[in-house]
Order: sequence, then C-alpha cells, then structure tokens
Amino acid sequence: MGRKEDNIKKAMKIMGDVEHIRNIGIAAHIDHGKTTLSDNLIAGAGMMSEELAGKQLVLDYDEQEQARGITINTASASMVHEFEGKEYLINLLDTPGHVDFGGDVTRAMRAVDGAVVVVCAVEGIMPQTETVVRQALRERVKPVLFINKVDRLINELKLDGQQMMARFEKIIKEINKLIRRYAEEEYRDKWMVRVEDGSVAFGSAYHNWAISVPFMKKSGISFKDVFEHLQQDKQKELAKKAPLHQVVLDMVVKHLPNPKEAQKYRIPKIWHGDLESPIGKAMLTCDPKGPVAMMVTKIVMDPHAGEVAVGRLFSGTLRKGQELYIIGAGKKKYRIQQLSMMVGPDRIPVDELDAGNIPAIIGLKDAIAGSTVSSEPNIEPFEPMKHYSEPVVTVAIEAKHTKDLPRLIEVLRTLSKADPSLRVEINQETGEHLLSGMGELHLEVTVYRIVNEYKVEVITSPPIVVYRETVDHKAGPFEGKSPNKHNKFYIEVEPLEKGVIEAIESGEIPEMDRIKDRKTITKKLEEAGLSRDEAKKIEAIRGPNILLDMTWGVQYLNETMELVKQAFFEAVERGPLANEKLYGVKVRLVDAKLHEDSIHRGPAQVIPAVRNAIYGAMCQAARVLLEPMQKVYVNVPTELVGAVTRELQQRRGIIEDMEQEDYQTIIHAKAPVAEMFGFASAIRSATGGRVLWSTENSGYERVPRDLQPQIVRQIRERKGLKPEPYDEAYYAGL
Amino acid sequence: MLTFVGLGLYDADDITIRGKKAIEEADVVFAEFYTSKLIGMGVDELERAIRKEIKVLSREEVEDGKRIIEEAAGKKVVLLVAGDPMIATTHVSLRIIAEELGIKTKIVHNASIISAAPGLLGLQNYKFGRTVSLPFPQENYFPTSAYDFIYENYSRGLHTLILLDINPRPMSANEAMQILLDMEEKKGKGLFNEKTLIAVIARAGAPDCLVRAGYIGELIHEDFGPPLHSLVLPGQLHFAEEEALEKLAHKSMS
Ligand SMILES: Nc1nc2c(ncn2[C@@H]2O[C@H](COP(=O)(O)OP(=O)(O)O)[C@@H](O)[C@H]2O)c(=O)[nH]1
Ligand SMILES: [Mg+2]
Repeated sequence: MGRKEDNIKKAMKIMGDVEHIRNIGIAAHIDHGKTTLSDNLIAGAGMMSEELAGKQLVLDYDEQEQARGITINTASASMVHEFEGKEYLINLLDTPGHVDFGGDVTRAMRAVDGAVVVVCAVEGIMPQTETVVRQALRERVKPVLFINKVDRLINELKLDGQQMMARFEKIIKEINKLIRRYAEEEYRDKWMVRVEDGSVAFGSAYHNWAISVPFMKKSGISFKDVFEHLQQDKQKELAKKAPLHQVVLDMVVKHLPNPKEAQKYRIPKIWHGDLESPIGKAMLTCDPKGPVAMMVTKIVMDPHAGEVAVGRLFSGTLRKGQELYIIGAGKKKYRIQQLSMMVGPDRIPVDELDAGNIPAIIGLKDAIAGSTVSSEPNIEPFEPMKHYSEPVVTVAIEAKHTKDLPRLIEVLRTLSKADPSLRVEINQETGEHLLSGMGELHLEVTVYRIVNEYKVEVITSPPIVVYRETVDHKAGPFEGKSPNKHNKFYIEVEPLEKGVIEAIESGEIPEMDRIKDRKTITKKLEEAGLSRDEAKKIEAIRGPNILLDMTWGVQYLNETMELVKQAFFEAVERGPLANEKLYGVKVRLVDAKLHEDSIHRGPAQVIPAVRNAIYGAMCQAARVLLEPMQKVYVNVPTELVGAVTRELQQRRGIIEDMEQEDYQTIIHAKAPVAEMFGFASAIRSATGGRVLWSTENSGYERVPRDLQPQIVRQIRERKGLKPEPYDEAYYAGL
Repeated sequence: MLTFVGLGLYDADDITIRGKKAIEEADVVFAEFYTSKLIGMGVDELERAIRKEIKVLSREEVEDGKRIIEEAAGKKVVLLVAGDPMIATTHVSLRIIAEELGIKTKIVHNASIISAAPGLLGLQNYKFGRTVSLPFPQENYFPTSAYDFIYENYSRGLHTLILLDINPRPMSANEAMQILLDMEEKKGKGLFNEKTLIAVIARAGAPDCLVRAGYIGELIHEDFGPPLHSLVLPGQLHFAEEEALEKLAHKSMS
C-alpha cells in the first residue's frame, strides 16, 4: 500500500511536466494477453500489490469481465516509471479485445499517442491484430510490438532456439507489412518496428518477464539465458532479472511520443478547425495556458457518483469548479464537480490537470463518448470517431416488474450514452424497447450489466438479426399518388454505386438531411463514383442511401422538397419487404405533378405519395434482403478440424481458408450472424473445449434467393405484419 | 345514384327544399366535414333536423371514395357537404369516378363562402382573383405559394379571398394574419405589413356574422369570436367598394 501511495504522489508531480508523460493503449486480438500485460505493468510499477497481479485483473474491473475473461471497458490507469534516471507518468488505457465492442477501441485510440501491439507468439497475427493496427494508424497513434506467451513456444510447442527466432521474425515482418499498408506515407518507414532499436520486446505477460535488445545490452542477459531459464522452468528467476514492466515501459518511454510531440502531427488529423486560431495553436503545442479542449472518449458509470467522463485533454488546464461547454449541447455551462485521475478502479481526486493528461470529470452531464468539451462555447468539434460496423443483433427488452419500467428506460439511456455502439429504439407498434449491438455477446454483456449492476430485472427476447433491404437492378419511374389524387410523384430506384456506399459508411461522405456545401459534396460524390449529372442533384444522404432530385422546373416542388425528403427518410427507415432499413439504394425523383393550392399538398398528402412511389419502384427493381455476415476464426488441434467444419457448415458457414501450423489448424470461415447464435457452446462441446475462436462482423450479403421468402415471412410475422409483403399492384392502386 | 347536397353556410335551415327532398329519398346519407364545416350545427343536431342517420366520412374515405362508390352502385346515396358541394376539388374527382363507373350523379347547390364573402363586404365578385387556401405551417412544411398567388392577384388590382385551414382545428383570422406576416418575412415583396388593409369575415351566414376591415396591425389584436373565419385582401378598390368597406365593414353586424 505504501508504495502505491508513494507512486500516486510522484504521479501528481509529473502530471504538470508534459515531456515526461506517455499516453498509451494496449491493442491485441482477443486472448493474446492484453489484460494480463496491463495488470502486470500496473503491479510492476507499484500501483497494486504484486501478488495480486495477473490474478486480480485490475483493468477488467467489471465483475462480469472477470467472469467471462474478456475486457469490456476501456478504463485508464496511471503509473510511474523510471527510465535513465528520470521519472515518467504513463497513462495506460486498456482497450477491449473483442470486436463486438469495436466502437470502444477507436475511441481509446483517440486519447493515446502510442500503442503497444500485443501478439501471441503461438497464434501470430490474427484478424483483430490487423484491425487494431489499422485503427491506431488511422488516428496517427504510433505502434510498438510486444510478442507475448513466449513461454508457450518452449513449454508447449517445444521449439528450439532457431525455430523460435524464425517465428519472431515472421511476426515482426507481418506487423511491419500492416504498418506499411495502413500508415500514411510520412510515417510508413519511421514507424516500422525493429528488434535492434528496442521497439520490439518479447516475453510472457503471465510469468512477468520480458526481454528486448537494449535491455539485453544493459543487463548482460543473453537470448541464450532466456531460453535456458525457460527450459529449466525458472521463469520466476527470469522475472526478477528481466522484469516485464521494466522492459516494456522502457520501450514505451523511449519509442512512444510524449503528448507535446504527438499533438504536433495528430491534431491536424483529428481536428479540422483553424490551426492558426488560438485554440488550434494551443492544441498543436499542448499548451496548458491555452483554452480548454478535451475529447471525451469514455463515460464510466460510478455507482455513487454517476457518470464520469474520461478523455484526453489536448490543451488548457482543468480545475475543479471550472465551467465548460459541451460542443453541440447548446449554450449551457457545466461545472466540474470533481476532477480526478483513474488508477485502475480508483479515482484519485486532483485539483488541477494540465494538457496532455487523461482526466476523469464528474459534472459533464450531457457528455457522451465522442463529445468535444471546451472553455470556449463554439469551437470546431473533434473529427467524429468512425465506427467500423453497425449494430447487427437486436433483443427486445422489458422490465420484469412493470414498476421498474421508468428505471429501465433510464438505464438504457445511460448505457447507450456510455457505449455509442449500442442502440436503443422503441418499437412504435408494440411499445417494447429494442436494444441493438455489435453481436450476441455484446448484448449478453449489456443485459448482464443491467441486471447485476443496475439491479433491474428484465426479460429479453432471443436475439434477432438486423437485416437490410436493397434492390437488384434499376427500375421505374413508378407513379405514386397522394391520397387526394391531386399530386403525383415519379420515382426511379437502382443499386447505389459501391464506391458511394463505402464513402458514406466510412464517414468520408457524411449523412446529411440538408445540402449546405453543394460544391464540396458534389465533388466527393463524383470521386466516389457517382456521375456528375447525378452528383449535382443530391438532396439527402441517409444511411448508405441517397435521394436525387432529377426533375426540371416542376412548379411548387421547392416548397414540397422537405416533405419528399421526409418520405425518403421514412422509406429508408422501413423498407417495403420486411420493414428493415434500406442499404445501398439510390432514389431518383424524376418528375412530379403538384396541386397548385398548398393546402392540398401538405405532409399528409406528399409523404405517403412519395413513400409509396419508392416502395413501388423497389418492387419493380426486385427487392433483395441482406443479412449480416461474420468472419469466424477457429483455432483447434488439427485432429478436431472435422468437428469444427461440420459445425460451421450446418450454420451456412463457408470455409475460406485453413492454415495448418505445427499441431494446430486455424480455420477462416464466414457465416451469417443469424446462424451463429449459440455457436459458443456448440463449438465448445464439439471440441471438448479445446478451441480458441473469435468472430468479426463483415458487412451485409444477400440472403440466398430460395431462403428469402421464408425469412421475410418470419420477420414480418415477428413484427406483427401480414406475412406477405405488398406487391407492385398494391402500391400502384393506392 | 350519388347526389351531392350542399348544406349552405350555417345550419339545417339553410338546406334547400330540393336538398331536403334528396335526403328524404336517400337510402344512405354520408357527410364529410373535412373540406368545410357547418358553423351552427353539430352532426347530432343535423341528424335530428333531417331525421336520418348520417355516416360521417374520414378524410381518407372521402379521398379514395371507395365506400361511397360501393354504396352508390346499388343505392340512392347522398353526400352532405357544407357550402356548395363542388367548390372542393376532391368532390369533382369523386364525381368523375362515379360517372366512369356508370353511376348517375346530381348536384344540389347552395350558398358558399365564395359568394358570401364579396357579398358581406360589398366588394364586386368579378374583381376577385383566384381564391387561395392558407394551410397551417407544419414541421418541414411552410409553403409560401399562397403568398405568390395573392401577390399575383394584387399586382393585377384584384381582390383575394383567403380561406383558412380547418384541420386539425379551424384557424383564426389572427393566426392567419400572423402566418401572412411570417411569409412576408420569407418573401419580402412588401405585400403585408402592419399598415396593410385587410378584411376579416367571421361566421359568414350565421346570425352573429361579423365583418371588419382595417389595418393588419390593428385587426391582429382583435377578437372575432368563434370560427369559421376568412380573410380578404382587397386589391384596387372602386370608390363604390371603398364606401362599402367603410359603411359595411367597419362596424360589427350583429
Ligand atoms: N502461457 C501464457 N498464458 C498467457 C500469457 N499472457 C496471457 N496468458 C493467458 O491468456 C489468456 C488470455 O489473456 P488476457 O490477458 O485475458 O487476454 P486479452 O483478451 O487480450 O485481455 C488468459 O488465460 C491468460 O492467463 C503468457 O504470457 N503466457
Ligand atoms: Mg482482456
């Protein structure tokens, strides 16, 4: 305890000395040892008692994270490390290891300047390794490499020294390949990791030792020594001679930038305001005297204090009692009620905190993960953090006891604020609450928290897949009439260009209800693959769908356009097949005939007319149901491959690749999310538990043609709709 | 057989004798109060007055016409409409559909605001331009084409009868004047301001009918009592019309 408090004191001192701060994240494929590494670093640095390290899993402080052994929330922890006679404050953000929680990873990346990429020596580079490296580089976060679980190479795989070296080389080569692929040109060479300069370390997070070339030179320990210690099962001794935290944190201090250095090149990437303005300059130089600019990357729920906003302070100094603005939340000011640093599960209150740190603030009530907070009312917000995938699984959730309903609504609201990859909607027909997330596990975890942390008993439906609707080919014009027959709209639909879909999904082209800067957006659409004639006619972008006004000189259309858009938004929200959202549909308004008297073309007339025209045109264009797909990676002893492929094939899975390595095989497959429910227990029993597996959402694909009618019927019945979707004739007769 | 029976402006006393006969002979009596309303009588009272059950149709039922047409195919159907039935375009469409299907149609005319308004104000009917309707602004819908039509009339020296929305509730003359001023803000052609001469007609055809002419800035604060209200924007006034406005429309008529 003494050492911990001592270290907290030291931390308070360094806080104000930005050159001695490092903000880092640890990123890895699930199970490669992120949490174990984080805990042992924290313990090694004296922020918790040493015996507990590796057992208590400080950063997995959510109860169920421990139960499930996965890291769900990004918490931050600060530690003090001495390097070449100077003390450094290292703020570590633990990032989740499961792609189901993809949103969190990106947000943590925003707050840090460097990342320790952990790769399991046995498994090597896995899909999520690639994802996290890509995310880090996209945020201009510099990577270093830690190759973990080296003990297993010798104890389990019985490799000799040379084979081990070969394995390391392969991993390093592949990481550098990823860096070359995803880094911007300027950083491509500068950021390569190299054994010789110590930007790569090896070791065992679990057994608490690590080694790097600079450390070998410093300590005189040779690679041969390491190998012998392992063979003779003397890892405890090794941990004394080459402590994990020392080697890894040395690497962090030496190779990862301090906030001041990093902000110089990161700010232009993550903030698009005027760099010459006072706030721009202050952020570029990480100036504690400048205006406050902070990005909230996480909302942590404290059972007593409520919502705690954690994020990165890019400029200015925070003080208790200070009043701040949340950009986009209006002119309201929010007072800092409590200011603190996070150390594992503890929040240590401080009076002030300078630019470059990771503050935790109580009092920013309306902040959500992603909010920009400032002492100025109107600064340009930070670049929104991109989500790599949309929610694909939904459960209906209701309070077990009706009296708990208001509480449940409150809890759902809070949870979705803290985790923007969760979505809460109300089913207008049934009044039930729908909770959508990135996968089955994501929702299970969320429901677990509702019950155990927030103490609301709930009933949930089995998970339901979120489908999408699109069209097969171009069709129309389809005439949609208003109920009073005085207005007619002519609509064509067709599949939206792939490049445009991608640009909208990546955020390159933002969704918009109103076209403000037509020139810029036209150019972007053209670059993404839309013809110039169409790009100029853009009226609205919603989801990866667009509305174009291709008409010429239709009288009164301008004052009706907002209603046309509203109809488009409604159609996008609920497609004609199964009331699922539209995906990749281009809607072209090609003509309209409007009643001259505005009283005869209000919302009640125009909206149904346009919506029905869109639906009718979609019928003509052959409606297609899309389902979310998942990549599945399964790592099993080779003799069990048959059992796994059988299980996958039963689930409409397609085996895409198989890599055999030593005694194990890694299966790469793709399967519909709908078929993957319950896979966890099925695969466990099929392999007697001797399996490691993970999944990654991989977008939408067409439901097999012969299955579509049946699935459509199921969805419609579930939603209380008539089993068969309406046909073209129906929309024509309206 | 489908007969459109105009109810006139106020209550059952306004129904013409021809109209009464049509009702008496009818197998089914429908009514719609979506396009316009009777001021002085609710449906129940009207039923008692005509001693027949009335089926009130919703907007959708009037617009798609299916229910009316189905009945009219084999029976004598009357559709009661406030005012003069064919003033509402919807009824013209309905009549066309019926005729196309070989269903005979008939119209029983009655008084309408279209003729009552000039009459009450003493303005010449032939000097009116196209009538406009003023809808309630709604979310994402604040059409200003009414302004353009009024402007067109005005610039040709013509008067404009401005009918006010009755859905979801009747618009008051005061609200209407405010909407016109709001449109002015958007269009900026100088048609409406505090000093614009305008006329209000409240409850045309009723015993407590009221007309007032004056500046918008003044009238917008006056209380004209229960609905229905309409407005007239006078164009170029003939001296006889000017006199009429002064004598007939500056004092209450009750
Ligand atoms: N043998 C061995 N096992 C390790 C090592 N590091 C982590 N593990 C184990 O690997 C599993 C996953 O580790 P964890 O830290 O939870 O991984 P995360 O999912 O990346 O957070 C746990 O059972 C750890 O005990 C290591 O260096 N050697
Ligand atoms: Mg973990």
